[in-house]
Amino acid sequence: MSTNSKGIAIGQQDPTWVRFLVISISIAFVALMLVLPLGVVFWEAFRKGVSAYVASFQDRNAVRAIYMTCLAAGIAVPLNLVFGIAASWAIAKFNFRGKSLLIALIDLPFAISPVISGLVYILVFGMQGWLGKWLDGHGIQIIFAVPGIVLATIFVTFPFVARELIPLMQEQGSEEEWAAISLGANGWQTFWRVTLPNIKWGVLYGVLLCNARAMGEFGAVSVVSSNIRGGTNTLPLHIDALYNDYNSVAAFAMASILAFLGVITLIGKTLLERKLQQETSSSLESTTTEESQ
Amino acid sequence: MSIEIQNISKSFGSFSALKNISIKIENGELISLLGPSGSGKTTLLRVIAGMESPDPNPDSHVLFFGEDVANKPVGDRKVGFVFQHYALFKHMSVFENIAFGLRVRPRSQRPSENAIRDKVHSLLSLIQLEGFGTRFPKQLSGGQRQRVALARALAIEPQVLLLDEPFGALDAKVRKGLRDWLRGLHNELNTTTILVTHDQEEALEVSDRVVVMNQAKIEQVGAPDDVFHHPASEFVIDFLGNVNVFHGRVNQGQAVLENIQVGASDISIPAGEKANVYVRPNDISIDRVPTGKSSIAAKVTRINRAGVHAKITLMLHNQEEIRVDITMEHLLELNLQLEDLVFVHPNKARVFVPDYTI
Repeated sequence: MSTNSKGIAIGQQDPTWVRFLVISISIAFVALMLVLPLGVVFWEAFRKGVSAYVASFQDRNAVRAIYMTCLAAGIAVPLNLVFGIAASWAIAKFNFRGKSLLIALIDLPFAISPVISGLVYILVFGMQGWLGKWLDGHGIQIIFAVPGIVLATIFVTFPFVARELIPLMQEQGSEEEWAAISLGANGWQTFWRVTLPNIKWGVLYGVLLCNARAMGEFGAVSVVSSNIRGGTNTLPLHIDALYNDYNSVAAFAMASILAFLGVITLIGKTLLERKLQQETSSSLESTTTEESQ
Repeated sequence: MSIEIQNISKSFGSFSALKNISIKIENGELISLLGPSGSGKTTLLRVIAGMESPDPNPDSHVLFFGEDVANKPVGDRKVGFVFQHYALFKHMSVFENIAFGLRVRPRSQRPSENAIRDKVHSLLSLIQLEGFGTRFPKQLSGGQRQRVALARALAIEPQVLLLDEPFGALDAKVRKGLRDWLRGLHNELNTTTILVTHDQEEALEVSDRVVVMNQAKIEQVGAPDDVFHHPASEFVIDFLGNVNVFHGRVNQGQAVLENIQVGASDISIPAGEKANVYVRPNDISIDRVPTGKSSIAAKVTRINRAGVHAKITLMLHNQEEIRVDITMEHLLELNLQLEDLVFVHPNKARVFVPDYTI
């Protein structure tokens, strides 16, 4: 807080024109690069009227694409939630060999291009891949099918929950857990009654970002899905296909769903950030507050 | 409950936190583990609680009432643990914090809702926070939080209370109040209490016995007046309050400082060995003129009158500083001024011959 108020104080000493210039550049940049394109999405979607917009959703392929996106996110997000909590619990509360390697590996999906991750899955699970023959022999199809899309989505959205929780849990330490255990709580009770309530806003925040990314993922999914319309196309892939067909109203109508999701995510993120700050600051406060009574 | 620690060692990687510690804590005793940070006192407490497991060794045991608890997890040891930073559950009210240990019991042993409420209310009155049940930890002062943490630990009716620097994060006044209150509580509850602290005043004031620890080892165990007046090592005398150190030599079994002889030492120590002479500030007398006893000349460099005693800083002719505490009356009597030349004489000294082995 002190740095914040200090920052304002220093800023107030700058000449008015400097302040005006810096603020204007920021606003102009945001308007031009972010707000304008978002507006265009909705503008284009409704260009031929509401009925044309609504009609876009009655297409069988569109419904299938929405379903596929929800399916992929619906599987990937819960799995990454469980993984994220487990990994951050392990990293924040225990010391073990290979801990720093685990932390580095969690960030891998951030570091490499989504297209590569899609290709990797083809190399492993595809017909010509390492496991392709065996899988084919057992009648399991992963690439160019739903499992491949789900796997690619999980890979890309892997770090979101864990990345959010690791610093939060490290900050909070494990004293409260020890207190619970010394009072006779078992591991399960400790997790549900003490750990989870302490990180709930962080979990929600991670899930929100994870979901936004899962629904919007293009590159990795594009490689493993083979773009079968009405089959393996997810919403972003369907939008791309429509646009390539010069069906811009339908493309932007679909895009408006994702844009809308983006706006909702942004609002949710802002609200959660405030809650999250309370989560962090109250853990800090309990260690620094001293007063007489 | 009596607790016996036998040959416990604990290392973290290459760092030794405890080196072959053995100690017996009697039933109903309030004992302090006193030492600087890094001396291993908190690790010892956590080993007793079961939060750290000692290095494997067939001869090392932690016994509760004679029973080895090596395979008993923390929750089964019935210890009430209080943390330095309280570790209250911040999302729970004070009431729910205190009730936690009762609520997590298996259904068959869990008290009824009414019994839990009665228990929590009696604990709230014990810690003098009646009416605070609905508050959250955030809304309490540091001292209040620590009392809630203590009540929470007491709710499970522990056989032993383990307190890890419980007052370390509080300011001096609250600290002193809570310390006295804790002593009263201990007498009332008749539990065995182990208190970890780095504050020698706290340890000497509340404990039945003090365990002085340094560098993963126990330096001395004894009653407060015993460790204070008969320190077993240089570390103990240095750690328990202010002390002046003089560097002299052994002559005829006595330490010789300048021209005077102080404190009888072991006659068998050969002459010429280096001797460190420790004198507490209140064991030195100041005179205007050399007394019959041989005394050392010194110059007054500072007089601090704030306190029950006047604290006088003096400089010897070899530029060494010493501190002397005298009563206010004596200060008036002497009419000391800065730069005055006086004569000091140690009345009581402890002599240690460093690294001397027979």
